[in-house]
Amino acid sequence: MAEQDEGKERRKIKAAAKMKEIMTSYYIDAKTAGQTGKKVAWITSGGPVEPLIAMDIIPVYPENHGAMIGASKMGVELCRKAEEMGYSSDLCSYARSDIGCAPINGGPIGGLPEPDMLVCCNNICGTVLKWYEVQARYFNIPLFILDTPFTHVDFSAEAKKYVKSQILEYIEFLENATGKRFDYDRMQEVGKLSLEGQRLWQAVLDMAVNRPSPLSAFDAFFHLALIVTLRGTRQTVDYYKILLEEMQERVAQQIGAVAEEKYRLLWDNLPIWYRMKWLSEKFASAGACLVADTYTTAWCGSMKYIKEDDFIETMAEGYSRIYLNIGVDQMAEQVIAMAEKYNVDGIVMHSNRSCKPYSFGQYDIQRIVGEKMGIPTLMIEADMVDERSFSESQVETRIEAFIEVLQGKK
Amino acid sequence: MKLSEELLLIAKDPYGYAETLKAEKKIVGTLCSYTPEEIIIATGAHPFRLFGSGQKARLADAHLQSYCCSLARGVLEDALSGRLDFLEGIVFAHTCDTMQRLSDICRINKDGFFHLDLILPAKLNTESARSYFRDVLEIFRKDLGAKLGVEIADSDLRKAISAMNRIRKSFTRIYELINKNPSIINGEELYILNRAAMIMDKKRLADLVEDAVVQLSSDSREAPDAGAPLPKRIFLEGGVCNYPDIYNIIEEAGGAIAGDNLCTGFRYFNGPVDEDNPDPLMAIADRYMKRIVCPAKHAGIADRGERLVEMVVEKRAQGVIFFFLKFCDPHAFDYPYLQQVLEKAGIPSLMLEVDDPLQAGGQLQTRVEAFIEMI
Ligand code: SF4
Ligand code: SF4
Repeated sequence: MAEQDEGKERRKIKAAAKMKEIMTSYYIDAKTAGQTGKKVAWITSGGPVEPLIAMDIIPVYPENHGAMIGASKMGVELCRKAEEMGYSSDLCSYARSDIGCAPINGGPIGGLPEPDMLVCCNNICGTVLKWYEVQARYFNIPLFILDTPFTHVDFSAEAKKYVKSQILEYIEFLENATGKRFDYDRMQEVGKLSLEGQRLWQAVLDMAVNRPSPLSAFDAFFHLALIVTLRGTRQTVDYYKILLEEMQERVAQQIGAVAEEKYRLLWDNLPIWYRMKWLSEKFASAGACLVADTYTTAWCGSMKYIKEDDFIETMAEGYSRIYLNIGVDQMAEQVIAMAEKYNVDGIVMHSNRSCKPYSFGQYDIQRIVGEKMGIPTLMIEADMVDERSFSESQVETRIEAFIEVLQGKK
Repeated sequence: MKLSEELLLIAKDPYGYAETLKAEKKIVGTLCSYTPEEIIIATGAHPFRLFGSGQKARLADAHLQSYCCSLARGVLEDALSGRLDFLEGIVFAHTCDTMQRLSDICRINKDGFFHLDLILPAKLNTESARSYFRDVLEIFRKDLGAKLGVEIADSDLRKAISAMNRIRKSFTRIYELINKNPSIINGEELYILNRAAMIMDKKRLADLVEDAVVQLSSDSREAPDAGAPLPKRIFLEGGVCNYPDIYNIIEEAGGAIAGDNLCTGFRYFNGPVDEDNPDPLMAIADRYMKRIVCPAKHAGIADRGERLVEMVVEKRAQGVIFFFLKFCDPHAFDYPYLQQVLEKAGIPSLMLEVDDPLQAGGQLQTRVEAFIEMI
């Protein structure tokens, strides 16, 4: 027993405490913005946050908050609240829990800091467009929409031109909202920090190519918060440096995320926030490590389109061509590339009732990957925040059957 | 009114009709009223709206999870089963997340006809969106021309625009007449007219609806029995109505349709394309920029509410019935807000969320009856 505890202790990621600190002080800053005279903008997770940072506006992410609500198991209560307000239970549970939270300041941190403005980028879904309209009416504040045309096959020159012109409209929107001029030099710096942060985050995720993998997707879900919320700040760069070092150390010492890594798996779609612990223990006890996932990589996906010394000019394309804004076949290609890179034995797909753009097409991705790689897939039906769509016994049976398939293949 | 046998047949058996029409024209499938039909017509081809035939989704279920709307599922089922093989191609106009993925899934899994995406802007209230809209139409004109082996001249576009405008004018007139006296047409007839309009040859359609206008203008039927109560005036708000039964249910409960803002109704005909604009593509884009938006598009945060109240007041409707498909996110998101706006304006409303096939009648009927009785 003592030996087991010791192993567990060794596997704990030490940097996590530092991250909690950063996130806490970030939320305190945001919550007290009213007193310090700072402005707060709510922004979608795929949205361009760099101009906000450059303008000293505090970005707040309802989706990140949704994840916290899910993790603290308050999802059902807040989703119900939204349903009482007339919102269908079929809608995205991030949106539902946020809408339900606003009027009662509910949730784990007593509600999000009130926004002065809203920035919505539809590169992840059409849901955010509707959701931000709801909140713009509720708070009666200005809403900026960055419309990033979908890329089924090609990203057209016309689409690029359209998004570029909106970047300028975005800057103008921020100038109006703050009464300040936009500082292009500062923006360059923020852009550089953003890219550096993304590179470091990718480097952290890349450590999972090692055997045993020093981190699992569950760890990635947790450490993701900074690249989403504070991308473009020095703090984020510094933090991921520390985290990367720790990962390198773990690799050197052969410390794996799970005690005995027998199977390596790829996770697809959002986490099931309220069941992270249960799931990670389920997989770990079978010696299965979820070494990578399609979700947390999405925050580095645009790097290849962005030029470091020309951030403003190139961010239009970068922000348009992210994982969720491309065709199913291109997504399948990326899944295959990841499966190869991390050398996985199988794929776990979360068919997520809440997220249609992420989930529709998964059956095809499953088939394409199966045909091209011959590796098995497990499909779990759930929802990222709303526990009512989760059947423990069903998921458990499926995981067990899947592990048997993996065993048979070894 | 007495609808022509021709319209009835077409509305009942769209695919059968398509099989015959195919001999004369290439047929291009469309999924939404954001498809610029003028450009399809300008190639000499025929735009044909797809609704799904409501068959059991044996093949589609392997591609779409259970939480997908019945419209997308139905269309995919028909495509995969070969029921749409009369098509030359399908055009997917970008609207909601579901349609977006449906396009991918069709492209990957269905050969035999061409596939085109129309990546429209999601917001329709800025200059940059307007100019992008025009750019998208230009791309579409080239792509579609290439697929069909024709070059689309401005003069072809102009002809197509005026043909569509002629139809829009008649329908606008029909809605005006209905508004004056909802009893001159029954809901099911209106449904059939609307549905056939999205399916049948536009030239023939133009003639038939002009006849209908003449007939309706002179129709003196149903001055209701002196003592009988007037039907309650109902306004229908929502998405695709693939359910003729709902009209009967409303009528049997003592209501009459005074107007609608359905994707398969008034919104389809709403507003002409400006024929005087020297740039026909810009003119088409402008129609969409001005038209009442569908909830998958953005025209400001209060636009849909304001315009709904305007329409309901103008139609002197006594109540609104919201009608949309289960799992339709855009409509479901707007519902609470629209309901509230109506309430503030003193207009009662009822929400019906339906799945394909329609749930066994009883419950819907009771709810509609209770609502109509109350208003
Ligand atoms: S629908 Fe999906 S992408 Fe959109 S907000 Fe919800 S979870 Fe995120
Ligand atoms: S708008 Fe609604 S009904 Fe239409 S395809 Fe999308 S989800 Fe389905």
